[in-house]
Amino acid sequence: MSPGDHDVLEPPGGHAPPGGTGEPVLVVEGLGKRFGDHEVLRSVDLRVNRGQVLALIGPSGSGKTTALRCLNGLERPDTGTVRVGSDVAVDFATGASRTQVAALRDRSAMVFQHYNLFPHKTVLENVLEGPVVVQRRPRAEVTAEALELLARVGLAEKRDAYPFELSGGQQQRVGIVRALALRPTLLLFDEPTSALDPELVGDVLGLIKELADEGWTMVIVTHELQFAREVAHEVVFIDEGAVVERGHPDQVLRAPHEERTRQFVQRLLHPF
Amino acid sequence: MSPDTLELVTESLWPLVRGAITGTIPLALVSFALGLVIALVIALMRLSRRRWLSAPARAYVSVVRGTPLLVQLFVIFFGLPSVGVVIDPWPSAVVAFSVNVGGYAAEVIRAAILSVPKGQWEAAHMVGMSHGVALRRIILPQAARVSVPPLSNTFISLVKDTSLASVILVTELFREAQQIAAFSREFMVLYVEAAAIYWVICLVLSAAQGRLEQRLDRYVAR
Ligand SMILES: Nc1ncnc2c1ncn2[C@@H]1O[C@H](COP(=O)(O)OP(=O)(O)OP(=O)(O)O)[C@@H](O)[C@H]1O
Ligand SMILES: [Mg+2]
Repeated sequence: MSPGDHDVLEPPGGHAPPGGTGEPVLVVEGLGKRFGDHEVLRSVDLRVNRGQVLALIGPSGSGKTTALRCLNGLERPDTGTVRVGSDVAVDFATGASRTQVAALRDRSAMVFQHYNLFPHKTVLENVLEGPVVVQRRPRAEVTAEALELLARVGLAEKRDAYPFELSGGQQQRVGIVRALALRPTLLLFDEPTSALDPELVGDVLGLIKELADEGWTMVIVTHELQFAREVAHEVVFIDEGAVVERGHPDQVLRAPHEERTRQFVQRLLHPF
Repeated sequence: MSPDTLELVTESLWPLVRGAITGTIPLALVSFALGLVIALVIALMRLSRRRWLSAPARAYVSVVRGTPLLVQLFVIFFGLPSVGVVIDPWPSAVVAFSVNVGGYAAEVIRAAILSVPKGQWEAAHMVGMSHGVALRRIILPQAARVSVPPLSNTFISLVKDTSLASVILVTELFREAQQIAAFSREFMVLYVEAAAIYWVICLVLSAAQGRLEQRLDRYVAR
């Protein structure tokens, strides 16, 4: 590989040291969002350094998905600033322009709960769509990269299959490859395994853990607390749109300071 | 069937089929193609959040679907000349039929676009697509699949409706039948024969529709 080439298996900027560097990749301040009368996010602050993993946990309806979607402009927050990397900063309170939202989107890639693969396109086409059509990178180069990524997740021979021919676990792995192929600074996961059959969850979580170990910067919304403890550098518990507690996974998940966190964790660990 | 009737049927068969080939079928194809273009524009206008786009589109659909096709045809062919717009029979028929198809197919296309899961828009935006690119590359291909059965029905209706063009003297299948019937006085024979030819055309179209649906089946989101 010639110098300057980007190794597809590596996060942009190369491997971060375990635990990340002190350099912030995502800084969110005062994120607020309401749907009509319903205040879904109340001044949420988040900060993720390069190579770090933030796990967002909280009860159903607490605003986790909404918060994640605000990070790449799929949802427009009413207030708050979102900074990704050193060059993109959007202040939503003063009204973000379309170009600003596009720049924000450019820096991150999302993996969806229900995969959201393009059903009329093959696995390979799904992966190429962003890099070739939007980013206008050379098709041959992107194809080589995509095939490498697909091989890595064990789907090289499925390149010409359509999504409906794949299992949920395979579809989600394609979803992850589609995100990686965009060469994002930041990876966003919204409950990436909650739509999967239980026996397929492990594969996908294993893949995400590998990416974390390689130093990708990520925000993961998840109900898999054991996974969050192993992978995350910080856990943020939100309830009713506000951050209730944040800290090291061992602390938040094993010895929470807040009563609401304790109840939530108990309920997930001992459902009945 | 008497030998005379049989002879009449065989002798009139070619003029009727020729009417279908040179009149009915091209009229339906051209009108349908133009109608689809109108329908797509109207559907996208109706889906717009901007009222100055959606309101006229809504009005268009309402008027087209709320008035008889025969009346629309008369307005264009007999009505417009009185305000100085004279259009020949064939183009008049094409205008009337495509405007009509545009109204009905717009609703089909609009519903089809709305039926594409929201997650598809989100994934398209996630990979960086603008609204227009997402629509063209991700949403419309999936909407097209959903639209095939209802649009096929619209097309089959249109093939039959082209018989209305006979009233403005467009030479097509039914007009041929009327002329031969008037000449031979064998109304029953000629009109049943015309009906049979329409029926055969529609059978072929239904079969083609089934094939097309099967081929597109793999594209359905699930
Ligand atoms: N487009 C919308 N319009 C109105 N209300 C919405 C919309 N999207 C989300 N909400 C509401 O915002 C709240 C937070 O939703 P969100 O999806 O962010 O929760 P969540 O924490 O991801 O929940 P879950 O764990 O069930 O996925 C919910 O009460 C939801 O009903
Ligand atoms: Mg959610």
